Amino acid sequence: MSVVFAGDPVIPNFGQGSACERNNGWFCTDWLHAHWGDTLQPALVQHIELSLIAIGIGLAIASALALVGFRYRLLDAPIGVLADFLYTIPSLALFQLLVPFTGLTVTTVEIALVSYTLLILYRNMIAGLDAVPADTLEAARGTGLTRVQTFTRVELPLALPTIIAGLRIATVSTVSIATVAAFVIPQGLGRPIFIALDQNIFKTEILASGLLVIALALFADALLVLGQRLLTPWTRVA
Amino acid sequence: MIVAAQFSPGTFVDAIHFMGNHAGLLLSKTGEHLELSGVALAIALVLALPLGLWLGHRHRGFLFAASVANVGRALPSLVLIAFGLTVLGIGFWNNTAALVVLAVPPILTNAYFAIDNIDRDVVEAARGMGFTERQILTRVELPLGLPLVVAGIRIAAIFVIATATIAAVAGGGGLGEIIVNQASYGLAGVVAASLCVSALAFLAALLLALVLRAASPRQGPAT
Amino acid sequence: MPTSAAEVVFDKATKLYPGRPEPAVDDLSLTVPAGEICVLVGPSGSGKTTALKLVNRLIYLTEGEIRIDGTKIYDLDVTELRRSIGYVIQQVGLFPHMTVEANVGTVPRLLGWPKQRIRERSAELLELVGLDPAQDGARYPAQLSGGQQQRVGLARALAANPPLMLMDEPFGAIDPIVRARLQDEFLRLQQELRKTVLFVTHDIDEAIKIGDRIAIFRQGGKLAQYDTPEAILRRPIDDFVAEFVGADRALKALALRTLGELELGPPRDGPRATKDTTLRDALALLIDEHADIVAVTDADGAVVGSVTRDDLLQ
Repeated sequence: MSVVFAGDPVIPNFGQGSACERNNGWFCTDWLHAHWGDTLQPALVQHIELSLIAIGIGLAIASALALVGFRYRLLDAPIGVLADFLYTIPSLALFQLLVPFTGLTVTTVEIALVSYTLLILYRNMIAGLDAVPADTLEAARGTGLTRVQTFTRVELPLALPTIIAGLRIATVSTVSIATVAAFVIPQGLGRPIFIALDQNIFKTEILASGLLVIALALFADALLVLGQRLLTPWTRVA
Repeated sequence: MIVAAQFSPGTFVDAIHFMGNHAGLLLSKTGEHLELSGVALAIALVLALPLGLWLGHRHRGFLFAASVANVGRALPSLVLIAFGLTVLGIGFWNNTAALVVLAVPPILTNAYFAIDNIDRDVVEAARGMGFTERQILTRVELPLGLPLVVAGIRIAAIFVIATATIAAVAGGGGLGEIIVNQASYGLAGVVAASLCVSALAFLAALLLALVLRAASPRQGPAT
Repeated sequence: MPTSAAEVVFDKATKLYPGRPEPAVDDLSLTVPAGEICVLVGPSGSGKTTALKLVNRLIYLTEGEIRIDGTKIYDLDVTELRRSIGYVIQQVGLFPHMTVEANVGTVPRLLGWPKQRIRERSAELLELVGLDPAQDGARYPAQLSGGQQQRVGLARALAANPPLMLMDEPFGAIDPIVRARLQDEFLRLQQELRKTVLFVTHDIDEAIKIGDRIAIFRQGGKLAQYDTPEAILRRPIDDFVAEFVGADRALKALALRTLGELELGPPRDGPRATKDTTLRDALALLIDEHADIVAVTDADGAVVGSVTRDDLLQ
């Protein structure tokens, strides 16, 4: 085990804690009580922050790219290839490749996390806009909607389910990949996992942190599903 | 701690030098990486591909396929590897198991939806002509659904190669061993290994794109 | 265009597509009088749909001009033009994310009508096309049958009371029984609304039933004949038109007139038929009953006269 961290105070003490901790038990509730406040909760908050920022920026960039790619179809393929290129780089490698430019900083982490959101967000935006039926568009034009009105009132709402489907995937995978950020910065739920790995694989901490990441991902996903239901009532009929 | 001066694009020059000086090391680590990834991907293919194709053919198990996809995406690679460590201990099989778990969802879900979404009229026509179910799957549905099936395998391959890197924290070997050990190899070594593993991922993606192109039926000129 | 119906004039209208030697619409000149239904009919590739879409500028006119009530369509703002023309297409093209009521209210909303007026107008139109505003208005298009969707499509096109309606095979995707009913209802509506309607179909029977005038197109976007249904059936201008209207055109012509339009003979015995029976149905009756004379009755069933087989076939 050779993960190197700056000094860290929270170490499960196999010699001093409860019997469960000393035996490296599967799920020591007393450890959870003792370290929720100083370990898990801050890591969870950082994890949410890292993920939210990445998704927000990713969404903004992908939207801008999608507007360009949708309007100028020639650019669609190159943008897709670029996003695909970023997506293919293994996360840990991308973090490390950014370090020479941006150092061991949140910026490095966010650039990488944002990179991974772009492909799925962009692809789904374009796919959703493309899937609007031709007869609906013809009716919109024939009815006298301007190009902008057609986009905002017809194409965008109809693309929304596909866009949100992309957002769900991007969100869940961002929450997941943000764990790897702990290789670069001492933040997020990956950090307690690393520490536990380094401390003779302290099971309770690994399980608790891991389950928190999964729970966070599923919770975010559920929120987006709820949002989609509210925003697109027509998808639930017939 | 790392000195600030090291954070410069010049590191990439050092990384190239590192590659020249440690070609043997990088090659052997790349070999390990390929072995770990290849074994995991092969197992995942054997487990997930037939199941996904068959469920898609029968149009059954939509909920199952969709749930596998959702749960699969929510499983962070690092968490899986750490879980594997707690259950199976350090070693090749712990990591292989974690990688298989990650690779199964995209392969299974894509195979399922690739087949499930194929125009039912085409399938019905084939059935009417006297194709057996197996022939329908292999001669009609699979060729038509191939792009999506291969896309799933591609995602799985990318996942596996990326996660095999992280597996180094659990004694998985491979290029990740250099990447997570800056203390021994320096930032130049870390960057060199990162470049190698990225190249590996690109080659895998490219290979699958070529496989797809070679296997795709000609469907008339592109429009 | 404030009038309730507008005259449409095609003046040497031509549509050329780059790279295609043959025009899609070739030097088309015809006048559709205000308040009439003009059916554009022809085989596929004859340019009838293209001609229709030239009018609301979904397709750009290459040469010549089109005037609505004397105004050249290219002198108008394109969105203004389109908002003043009702447009109905075969695939209906309802907006799937809007309720039926919102779909019908599309153009009034674009025109900035107050909400209350839009709601009233939607309800009025839904009733007009035979839907229940309270129940169907809140539904989404996916919850309606094909026939109901097309009714909504018609209501949407009528929303801003446009003087001109363009209808592109509006009943083409609907099963024959519902289609016949929609055709009847459409004709009843037209009695009331008196819009100018350009109606594209490939079905000559529909054209004869619906049209005040029929424009028959041939390959290459050329107008073969433009006349009333009766004139086209009785005097097809050439072999193409004769073949297109069908070998049974004599029978079709019979379907255009009713017994009430003939000079009746004195009341005589025979199978009975009311005054509004078509000549074609009356002939069928005679064949069925092996008879030579139809006893014509009024709506109450009283015999008011008679028609002989020869009268029918004149």
